[in-house]
Amino acid sequence: MTTLSLALTDSATMLRRNLRHALRYPALTLSVAGLPVVFLLLFVYVLGGTLGDGIGGGSGGRTTYVNYVVPGILMIALAASPTGTAISVAMDMTEGIIARFRTMAIARVSVLTGHVVGSLIQTTIGLAVVTGVALLVGFRPTATPLEWVAVTAFMVMITFALTWLAVALGLVAPNPEAASNIPLPLTFLPFLGSGFVPTESMPAVLRAFAEWQPFTPFTETVRGLLMGTPIGDSAAVSVAWCAGIWLVGYLWARKLYNRDPVR
Amino acid sequence: MTFESGRPAILASGLRKSFGDHLVLDGVDLRVEEATVYALLGPNGAGKTTAVQILSTLIHADGGEVRVAGHDPAQHPDAVRAAIGVTGQFSAVDNLLTGEENLALMADLHHLDRAEGRRRAAELLARFDLADVARKPASTYSGGMRRKLDLAMSLVGDPRIVFLDEPTTGLDPRSRRTVWEIVRRLVADGVTIFLTTQYLEEADQLADRIAVLDRGTLVAEGTADELKRRVPGGHVQLRFADSYALDAAARALGEVARDDDSLTLQVPSDGGLRSLRALLDRLDAAAVEVDELSVHTPDLDDVFLALTGRTDVLEEIAR
Repeated sequence: MTTLSLALTDSATMLRRNLRHALRYPALTLSVAGLPVVFLLLFVYVLGGTLGDGIGGGSGGRTTYVNYVVPGILMIALAASPTGTAISVAMDMTEGIIARFRTMAIARVSVLTGHVVGSLIQTTIGLAVVTGVALLVGFRPTATPLEWVAVTAFMVMITFALTWLAVALGLVAPNPEAASNIPLPLTFLPFLGSGFVPTESMPAVLRAFAEWQPFTPFTETVRGLLMGTPIGDSAAVSVAWCAGIWLVGYLWARKLYNRDPVR
Repeated sequence: MTFESGRPAILASGLRKSFGDHLVLDGVDLRVEEATVYALLGPNGAGKTTAVQILSTLIHADGGEVRVAGHDPAQHPDAVRAAIGVTGQFSAVDNLLTGEENLALMADLHHLDRAEGRRRAAELLARFDLADVARKPASTYSGGMRRKLDLAMSLVGDPRIVFLDEPTTGLDPRSRRTVWEIVRRLVADGVTIFLTTQYLEEADQLADRIAVLDRGTLVAEGTADELKRRVPGGHVQLRFADSYALDAAARALGEVARDDDSLTLQVPSDGGLRSLRALLDRLDAAAVEVDELSVHTPDLDDVFLALTGRTDVLEEIAR
């Protein structure tokens, strides 16, 4: 077997293992989808009436706000998914079975790619659930089928990059508890961007931060594809951010995984 | 995979490893012939697990030459990995999967085809007496069942060399015997076993050769009988009624191993009548009452005591 086909076969085996874990213990998957749904309902029904009038455009109120906020909610789903990934990686590393994998003639990276692809599938399902609920509560996107495909691909790209970072964070964490805390700041980033209110309404320092952090171009691209708002250079900036995050995450994770295990 | 005849399954010379300032292995030499059981015996912290981790490609040695199945673990880890099975000290099963799924996972990772993998899993489940619980998650298994599953997983790939790091630590006597039976059967099939243990009885029962590891160096190596021959004799154990008598006897006999908790002294002796009489004479002269006297012919406990000159490790070892 060639190295590549070996890596693919072993990664598929590891993916099956991770999916089986996810099916048997669905709590983590549900919480990934659950948190953004709670935020969606909160922002639409509790805050939406007032915020919708504030952001202007359309008829104002709740119907306007639901269309504005859904891309931000999708970002929450994206930003929360690394927590689940980091926890499951860290939990895995405390298990003796990882030591066993290390003494077997298998493609080393397959343990990590299994986690990455598994998380990718979980997050994609989570995003679909969030989108479904959004449609139920009055979200009316203008996207064409092609734009739907583009927005899906775009969010999978973001998830892929964030997941590799999450794998590294899960490996660097000394235990699962720490792994659940380390990615927490990520969860707040969508709030400090254009997800919930326009950045123009923020004080200068916060606004500068909001406009330079990755979740603002992410949000603007998703919003543009779904609602037809201008995208500008947001898509290109997003791709650059994802490439950077992925590279750092991948190299870091590989380095951490290949070090000698210490006990 | 077969080796050239006469080529040892495992060969190590001058094996060295330290973690930070702590020197764990200080120049260890090992030679394990094919289809034999080799026991690395030593107390906790002697470096046994580290040795296994190096030989099984888990960690790198700092120095020394190593060949496992004819390959250098540092240069060609995958060639070594293809020939070995490892059961570590800590359970290496996937607790979220069932016993059957754990074995199927191993079969997939060994790239066995589906039918062959199933056949192998079923065979191992039957052989290890796990067929009844095959469809229950490993997290519900008892310690003994989990260890058996662990061992079964190491055997899915038909390894030529099996590493067992303290395979029976924490097991009840019955499970321990099951593991021993499995080891014997593997050796009969031509598999080489490298095991570490703190139990002298285990090494005595299973091993063709025994190496005694203490603080990172081998203090002795040979067959169980050879090791026993290195100790001049067994010992006489004296039990006393109170610590007063224990003190008096210890004073009368001079340098002897003493255990204050059980009020006993261990006096080196060949167990012969003449030396026994001499011992009793000395105790009589000191007017010490002995509560109980027993004669021990040399066992590996004595070997360890004689080789390391320490009693602190004995307590740990003789549990």
